[in-house]
Amino acid sequence: MRAVRVLSAALLTLGLAAAPAAADSSPSPGASDDDGAPTRAGTSFRTATEVEQGQTATARASTGDYLYWSFPADAGQRPTVRATVKLPESHAAETWQIDVYDGLRRRQACQYGAQTRTAGTDTPSVELECVLRTVRAWSEPWANDPLPGTYYVRLTALRLSTADLGQPVNAELRVGSKDMGGAAAVDGALSEPLVPGIATRDGSEEEDDDPAVLAGLEPEDGWTSGWWSDRWTWTAAGGVLAALAGVAGYRLTRGSGRPPGVPPTA
Amino acid sequence: MIRRKRPVAGACALLAALTAGLAFPAGAAAGEPTGQDAPKVNLVLDVSGSMRAKDIDGQSRMAAAKQAFNEVLDATPEEVELGIRTLGANYPGDDRKEGCKDTAQLYPVGPLDRTEAKTAVATLAPTGWTPIGPALLKAADDLEGGDGSKRIVLISDGEDTCAPLDPCEVAREIAARGIGLTIDTLGLVPNAKLSRQLSCIAEATGGTYTSVEHQDELTDRVNELVDRAAEPVVTPVATEGAGSCAKAPTLESGLYTDREEFGQQRWYRVELLAGQELRASVSVAADRAVRPDYGVLLRAVTVHDREIVRGEATGNGRTDALSTGLRYPKPERDDDDSDKPAAEVVCLAVTNSFSADSGVKTTPGLPLELTVDVVDGPDGADDVASFGLGRGWWLLGALILTGFLAGLVWGWLSRWRVAVWRTN
Repeated sequence: MRAVRVLSAALLTLGLAAAPAAADSSPSPGASDDDGAPTRAGTSFRTATEVEQGQTATARASTGDYLYWSFPADAGQRPTVRATVKLPESHAAETWQIDVYDGLRRRQACQYGAQTRTAGTDTPSVELECVLRTVRAWSEPWANDPLPGTYYVRLTALRLSTADLGQPVNAELRVGSKDMGGAAAVDGALSEPLVPGIATRDGSEEEDDDPAVLAGLEPEDGWTSGWWSDRWTWTAAGGVLAALAGVAGYRLTRGSGRPPGVPPTA
Repeated sequence: MIRRKRPVAGACALLAALTAGLAFPAGAAAGEPTGQDAPKVNLVLDVSGSMRAKDIDGQSRMAAAKQAFNEVLDATPEEVELGIRTLGANYPGDDRKEGCKDTAQLYPVGPLDRTEAKTAVATLAPTGWTPIGPALLKAADDLEGGDGSKRIVLISDGEDTCAPLDPCEVAREIAARGIGLTIDTLGLVPNAKLSRQLSCIAEATGGTYTSVEHQDELTDRVNELVDRAAEPVVTPVATEGAGSCAKAPTLESGLYTDREEFGQQRWYRVELLAGQELRASVSVAADRAVRPDYGVLLRAVTVHDREIVRGEATGNGRTDALSTGLRYPKPERDDDDSDKPAAEVVCLAVTNSFSADSGVKTTPGLPLELTVDVVDGPDGADDVASFGLGRGWWLLGALILTGFLAGLVWGWLSRWRVAVWRTN
């Protein structure tokens, strides 16, 4: 799975190098190009462009725009959001920021990474990063823990001079995640992932038309049902080792041969 | 338990439909989203005298705009209903009052006849004033009707010359009509004042502002905006929250919009059965100049005014919206008390602590977007951790030690038993 992901990432990067030229020549930059990566960003939670993990989404935008993307993240993953903004040739100092929100539009904290960065005068680009907390399968309703579901990314300039308003910029967004395994397993699971609008979707799968949804993407293997983790391996291995240790302990008490005082004829 | 969707396939199909529409505009079937009316776009072009200035790639602003329009008209997706409105195109005189009424529909919003639209655009010549406010009002009227997405693309090279009608406030009024309209603005070779005004118009409706210095930038941007209008989006339902829970409207799962003034409280009701989970999120948009510290609070309260759970958000600095959310899983009933009502009414209260300097209009209220999802509650703990599984070297160590000790004890016991048997 990892190999596939890496390979597709490499292909995407290759495709990306060719993308700007293609985008310039085509009359309309579509919602997605050939490799499926979005070439546009939404302007609100409602219109956020959906990105899959591992894809590199690009967007041509203007300084001052609020750019929104959304991506799915599953339990046990620790998502990392990276954004690069290519700024125009001449500009004043600008502060850019990425904010990540969960499926309930609650702002999610970044553990590490430069979430906010100021690009000095005429700096060609600014790179932002946000490493989220590990997504848990369940949490108390009163907690703000990241839960499986849709995540929103908002990229915008926080501080800018009026002269820079509307200047063209190129934004690039990439979401990856680290699998944290069973260490992050918790006691419980949601019945449905935190995907906005999930309650209003009808169950019929065979419909031809694709009605607009707030968020439709899922992780590449679907949402986990929550029953598999490496805890099974650990526990089973522990059981086997315990059995072996038990046999060893038993053998120790028996010594190498017959117990003393027992005649060979017994 | 959770179904697989094929959004990528859907997106590809949509893209294919769009591409087909672009390649064979005459014959292609419109791939418009069913259950929604056609998206409408109104291009509003400034044809004031200043458009004569020759500073876009060596040609006049007007020529650049015309060329861009021609290319945009060629590339417009089939399902989009496109119209063109001009401002300052007809009255060349000096009378401000007359000049500020000068806005006309060049091509009506409807199914696009490319040749006709292009001919109409070709007749334009830079003439008069820049009545942005009145033009926006008229442009919004052009788009009335239907529940598809609506977009105004305003292209101007000078700020509004028709004070005191502030185009920014006009934009806010239009947005408050609740017809789901977005205004995107483009400034041709803008100065700081124009940038500020156009970005203010854009932010008032959740649109974007772009400054344009080259002709290809103009074409690309307008094309992109028209395409964006063609993308299917969920249209929210307008609702009006009440001042108290008792009078509040009852909402089902869905997406809603409302307006909330500074410091106002909005109440909604949601009915929740035992074993269901309520998920609600709210975002309050700052569509005007607000002070830099603000907050939003969403509370779930019982009818008896007991707070169940809350979501809160605070922020600082430039923002388009502030959002928060909450979830409330209602536990399964373990007593079968039949005289209790089956559904519990949960009251949702939204408050905001946005504030504005004096001089900023407080009505209409800030746009509020509310999503409500009622889903099944969390299943009983069926997670791996709850099966009693563990992990880590300490667990292995403990298991090995226990196994070893058990083996030892078993060994001694059997030795002792053999010894007892021998002595008897």
